[in-house]
Amino acid sequence: MSGLVEEYFRQDQLPTIWCPGCGHGIVLAALVRAMDQVRVPRDRTVVVSGIGCSSRASGYLDFDTLHTTHGRAIAFATGVKLANPELTVIVITGDGDVAAIGGNHLIHAARRNIDLTVVCFDNNIYGMTSGQYSPITPQGDLASTAPYGNIDRPFDLCGLVREAGATYVARATTFHHNLLTEYIARGLRKKGFAFIDALSQCPTYYGRRNRRGSAAEMMRWFRDNAVTVRKAERMEPAELEGKIVIGEIYNGEAREYTELCGDIIRRAQGGEGR
Amino acid sequence: MARADVKVKAIEVDRLRCKGCGICIEFCPREVLEADEEGKPNVVAIEKCTACRLCELRCPDFAIWLRGADDE
Repeated sequence: MSGLVEEYFRQDQLPTIWCPGCGHGIVLAALVRAMDQVRVPRDRTVVVSGIGCSSRASGYLDFDTLHTTHGRAIAFATGVKLANPELTVIVITGDGDVAAIGGNHLIHAARRNIDLTVVCFDNNIYGMTSGQYSPITPQGDLASTAPYGNIDRPFDLCGLVREAGATYVARATTFHHNLLTEYIARGLRKKGFAFIDALSQCPTYYGRRNRRGSAAEMMRWFRDNAVTVRKAERMEPAELEGKIVIGEIYNGEAREYTELCGDIIRRAQGGEGR
Repeated sequence: MARADVKVKAIEVDRLRCKGCGICIEFCPREVLEADEEGKPNVVAIEKCTACRLCELRCPDFAIWLRGADDE
């Protein structure tokens, strides 16, 4: 990793602001390994993030980076990509950022199948503001805004994005970091909307309140409760209760948005009608 | 992943980046690492290291890496 840090990080920004044991650094390392594998062009790659613990990640990367407003990373990224479709555009976001305030941007970017790679640093809590529940917090869990337990049902983010029209959807965890790297690399290679749900541990504001133990114990929980997509297909809904489904959830093809947009521009410039 | 034939020269720890979360120590399959008083890893048994790199891959702070395995 030391070589990758030298090559891809703004080293003067380290150490990160993340708490000891926070999984976000593991996800960021997986992202950088994937970027290295795919050999993303250094000067033609833009990393866009929103607001929250996750979104601090863009500041550590020595790329053209854009730290935007809450929930709007995908909206900014859409603008960057449409203005210059040749760029590789990566979005770093969190579950609060992308599933709550940014939920509409997420589903519509997926619907358009615009060529972005979105990595959701998903710790199912708002860590930066001390542990409010997010749309991914499991039912019954405690949060600063749910002192008697969360009554909301969580989103299945991958299911949501797939149904909305994304052409690459995958999930892995900080325990399954090699899978995570592989899925992010495939997402980067996909010409279309790619969404990688990276389950990450928040030992401070989620873990402590819910008595989940140390960061390593939270990662062992990922190991012990992860079920592959294939296995999950053969399981009853009751058996899947409390489990997390990891793997490639969808890998398909559809026309990409900036290509369609380019067609329209060429037609209009040529003076053709429909 | 583990390669018994590979000789690891050293495990390096950047003690400024390390926050002492203990993930590297807990996931090391060979008890190569031990926590110091701050919870940061001391290399106590380099000869047992099989270069599986789990410490390096799971470190959230990019603070530990192997040298000598296949020199990064």
